[in-house]
Amino acid sequence: MALPETEITLRVNGETVRKRVEPRQHLIDFLREGLDLTGSHVGCEHGVCGACTVRVDGRIVRGCLMLAVQADGRSVETIEGVSDSGELADLQHAFHQRNALQCGFCTPGMLLCAGELLATTPAATREQIREHISGNYCRCTGYQAIVDAIETTLASRRANPAGAGT
Amino acid sequence: MSARDELPVQGAEQTLTRGHVGSPDPRPNARRLLQGRGVYIDDLRLPRLAHVVFLRSPHAHARIVRVDSSRARQAPGVIAIFDGATIAQVCKPWVGVLAHLKGIRSPTQYPLAMERACWQGEPVIAVVAQTRAQGEDARDLVEIEWETLPALVDMDDALAGNPVLHPELGDNICFQREVDTGGIDQVFAQADIVVEETFHFGRHTGVCPEGRAILADYNAAEHSLTVHHATQAPHMMHDIISRHLDIPEANVRVICHDVGGAYGIKVHVYPDEMCTAAIAMLLRRPVKFQADRMESFVSDIHAREHKATVRLAATKDGRILGFDLHDLTAIGPYSVYPRTSGIEGNQVVNLTGGPYRHSHYRARMQAVFTNKNVTCQYRAVGHPIAVAITEGIVDLAAQRLNIDPAEFRRRNLIPDDAYPYAFPSGIRFEKLSHHQCLERLLALMNYEGLRADQAQARERGCYRGIGLAAMIEVTNPSAAFYGVGGARISSQDGATLRLEPTGALTVLCSVTEQGQGTETVFAQIAADTVGISMDKVRVITGDTATTPYGGGTWGSRGAGIGGEAVLQSGRALRANILEAAAAILACDRATLEVANDAIVDRLSLRPLLTLAELGRICYYRPDTLPPGFQSELMVTRHYVPRDYAFAFTNGIQASWVEVDTETGFVKLLGHWCVEDCGTVINPLLVDEQIRGGVVQGIGAALFEECCYDDAGQMLNAHLGDYLVPMAGEMPDIVCAHVQTPTHTSELGAKGAGEAGTAGAPAAVMNAINDALVPLEARVTAQPFTPERILAALGRV
Repeated sequence: MALPETEITLRVNGETVRKRVEPRQHLIDFLREGLDLTGSHVGCEHGVCGACTVRVDGRIVRGCLMLAVQADGRSVETIEGVSDSGELADLQHAFHQRNALQCGFCTPGMLLCAGELLATTPAATREQIREHISGNYCRCTGYQAIVDAIETTLASRRANPAGAGT
Repeated sequence: MSARDELPVQGAEQTLTRGHVGSPDPRPNARRLLQGRGVYIDDLRLPRLAHVVFLRSPHAHARIVRVDSSRARQAPGVIAIFDGATIAQVCKPWVGVLAHLKGIRSPTQYPLAMERACWQGEPVIAVVAQTRAQGEDARDLVEIEWETLPALVDMDDALAGNPVLHPELGDNICFQREVDTGGIDQVFAQADIVVEETFHFGRHTGVCPEGRAILADYNAAEHSLTVHHATQAPHMMHDIISRHLDIPEANVRVICHDVGGAYGIKVHVYPDEMCTAAIAMLLRRPVKFQADRMESFVSDIHAREHKATVRLAATKDGRILGFDLHDLTAIGPYSVYPRTSGIEGNQVVNLTGGPYRHSHYRARMQAVFTNKNVTCQYRAVGHPIAVAITEGIVDLAAQRLNIDPAEFRRRNLIPDDAYPYAFPSGIRFEKLSHHQCLERLLALMNYEGLRADQAQARERGCYRGIGLAAMIEVTNPSAAFYGVGGARISSQDGATLRLEPTGALTVLCSVTEQGQGTETVFAQIAADTVGISMDKVRVITGDTATTPYGGGTWGSRGAGIGGEAVLQSGRALRANILEAAAAILACDRATLEVANDAIVDRLSLRPLLTLAELGRICYYRPDTLPPGFQSELMVTRHYVPRDYAFAFTNGIQASWVEVDTETGFVKLLGHWCVEDCGTVINPLLVDEQIRGGVVQGIGAALFEECCYDDAGQMLNAHLGDYLVPMAGEMPDIVCAHVQTPTHTSELGAKGAGEAGTAGAPAAVMNAINDALVPLEARVTAQPFTPERILAALGRV
């Protein structure tokens, strides 16, 4: 049952947000219902599908496995913020060119997940790419185009490190 | 001159290759999805939106003795609570039968269970609240006294009538069908060899990334209902909502926004969704239902629970004589409305043995009621069953005769020059390309090389196998699929094309988009046919208030049927544009052509007038046109296949696996698919759709099963336990195409969306069994889990 609301203050996509939330509310529900940031999706609500993947303090998390109150004082980034900053523009372009999405429901989470690999493992192999995104469920593509798009982006960033995200 | 004479886009045996059609254009509408700026139902924000949650039966079969909602009504945020009787006052019930499935029966089904619940997950009580969380809190306070009844779980018990689930029907048979071309007992008695096998198929489901969703918005002043719906068939839903809620057709509007995966799951009438629409009327406000993952597992349609025994007779030199099939399938307590739960089994009967020349066929199928979730049409409907039993028994025959599986297929696949071809059962093929596909596949995968690798691997105790699976596939269905049976489901689709004053082109089409890329292929076809660039084309789908009437997206019909409607509409618009241009330029229309966003001289291709200038004159300065001339820059055309009931396609897949005989794990080393969908409109999109379908089929083969216990409880109704294919286990998949355009349309496109799912399970099964040949083990029950493989090896 609902407990009294508590106030949290956090940064979301660079903006300071102060809101009252129920202690039981998940971060993903807070972002979607409280802030109308609907780009992150609710797929399973038990941490398996990865559709709700967002960043907290620079690390990807499952928005359905973290409470909004746990984000108090922290910095949250969603697909909307990352798209506007252009940080993953090259990856998004590669996804588009390779048709690495169909229905698009998993895509925001997939992009943020892949973005972490781009940042941490610039020389990732195809197998490492598959392993890294194996917590993000896509029912449409068969994954191959996604792997291709990430591989292409990794290669282009290696070839032109300054061009990342632009 | 008719529009058709002006532009001979496609001659005999040629594909339509001009401009955009045939090129791998990325999808313009994918951009919003890549930034999280798509709009799925749960992303909509409406004033006074109420949320409905459902209390679902915890029992497979139970009588509702008493419901006490008094505490729940006092809970914070609760707006209303409804039971079955209340909803039944505003929403007429339904019966999921069709006239052309002779003898099919089903009991009447209501949006909410009335006196008893017949499966775990059936909606019983609807709780409406200010927020979903408040609704769920209140739901926990609803008290129901149940009298549990015996649960009918096993399909053999169901067939035996032990017990009878719906006493008014007398037995548990929903639908049965027999096909017998005659004389089969004699043929089998005299055949050199007869092989027999029984295959089991695990019940599984679609697991759409986005759960089912509907937001119904009632306007009491107009008695109108706008339904925002994650559906594949908006016009079908429009008609059903109108009739069952007694709202005039003109007062209903169904809008599809972005849909987060559908795969056949979102093409049916669901009781909880109908209930949501009824509640919007009762409460005179917008009401939303968004299925969560756990309720999706027990309320989205399931599919494919079959037990099929098949026999094949052949000569000793490897010529197939006939197939003899008995298929039993359990469909849950109701036949699903309006497409029925009889189609899957019907397809198994239609398709088994389909790629192979044979003279004798006998099939018997029975669909029986049980107390599990309902089953209905899910991607590739019946094909994965038919292909697996056909290809499984064909491999067994080849093995028995000591003939290589590829060679055995070469001897028996219908010859490429034998068309048009008809089976004794009545199935007709316009033109297929089995042998071209087979040879292409064998070359692509380096079949001989893999056989050599397999032999070497066996010497070191490593068990690898190759599995082939040829298939035929039903696409571009005509009215024979549903319409003739009385279903109010359009087999025809329409496209409206409008040239805008700026020279842009708007396309409105009744086929919907769930990410397959239909809007993109329509833009490609429209651009080529009219003579306009892709970036000037805008496509609108999924709104019954604005698009032409049509069937939507299912049955591998979007590109083939909707695409042809766009093509014909484009032809007509182009002719009208040329009429207008001739009027403006005061010249003979025959000297003009549309190309590159302009009217050009047909011989020199010299630009004479831009489409933007033509649009400006026709819309803003019609006073300058010759007296009596009226331009018509918006046209609509429809298309429905008439010559054949279906545009059958064909293809073949191969799987290359390694089986770990210690753990029972299967490693997928490679997968190939050669498919013939006629004209390939966009290779980028069709390849990825096939790959996605293959992976869905691999899921069925290796991972996915809705496991039920003896009490009818689904044991793995969440993504932690119900395994789906993830990137880590999937192989790269090589796709190739043979293009045999259908001559039933000018576009020549046949369907492709279900091909991957149709053939992959059979290919994987045959590969596993090929790997296990030296160990004299076989698996025949999907999914092929490590446990089942170890059991086959006698290790557990």
